[in-house]
Amino acid sequence: MARITGVDLPKNKRIEIALTYIYGIGLTSAQAILRETGVNPDTRVKDLTEDEINKIKEVIDKKYKVEGELRSEVAASIKRLIDIGSYRGLRHRRGLPVRGQRTKTNARTRKGPRRTVGARGKKTA
Amino acid sequence: MSRSFKKGPYANEKLLEQIRELNQKRKKVIIKTWSRSSTIFPIMVGHTIAVYNGRKHIPVYITENMIGHKLGEFAPTRFFKGHGAAHTERSTALK
Repeated sequence: MARITGVDLPKNKRIEIALTYIYGIGLTSAQAILRETGVNPDTRVKDLTEDEINKIKEVIDKKYKVEGELRSEVAASIKRLIDIGSYRGLRHRRGLPVRGQRTKTNARTRKGPRRTVGARGKKTA
Repeated sequence: MSRSFKKGPYANEKLLEQIRELNQKRKKVIIKTWSRSSTIFPIMVGHTIAVYNGRKHIPVYITENMIGHKLGEFAPTRFFKGHGAAHTERSTALK
């Protein structure tokens, strides 16, 4: 069983795809890792040799910031924006979109499920 | 699109001049500015700059980790007081 960087262990998938289950590794970096280690991207995770797994682990450890470390970096950047009182920090604090998107409609990813407000008997927005 | 590196960061020249002058005299005075688009430079750290928000000047104390941001980011131009007041008014009217 492949266990790379802590908890991640997708099985039965092609290694190229399986690596993207790691937080911080997308398809592009997954492909780059496989190119560097010389592992065939089409091998299933269960068919990987011990040696290949170790090589992949090594490259990720050396070159990529993943999982907890990456998460804390992102959180720290957001905290910095909030602490210096910038506009982007304010938007993070209020849970609204940060990059100037409209909020009259949409923006549901940031705002979460709809909460209807307004007077009784009126059409709900 | 972000600004080309060739040009370097922008900041209002008059503002920079004022800051340089203050740094030379080792004085701290609140500088009023309308230049919200100016980048915060390292030489501004420790000063208080009053940034115009369209209505009044908001004093902004510049700290080290504000470097590279724009002055306008720290002087919000909109104030949202919430829909609460309007809401209670309308609901009482409907009853």
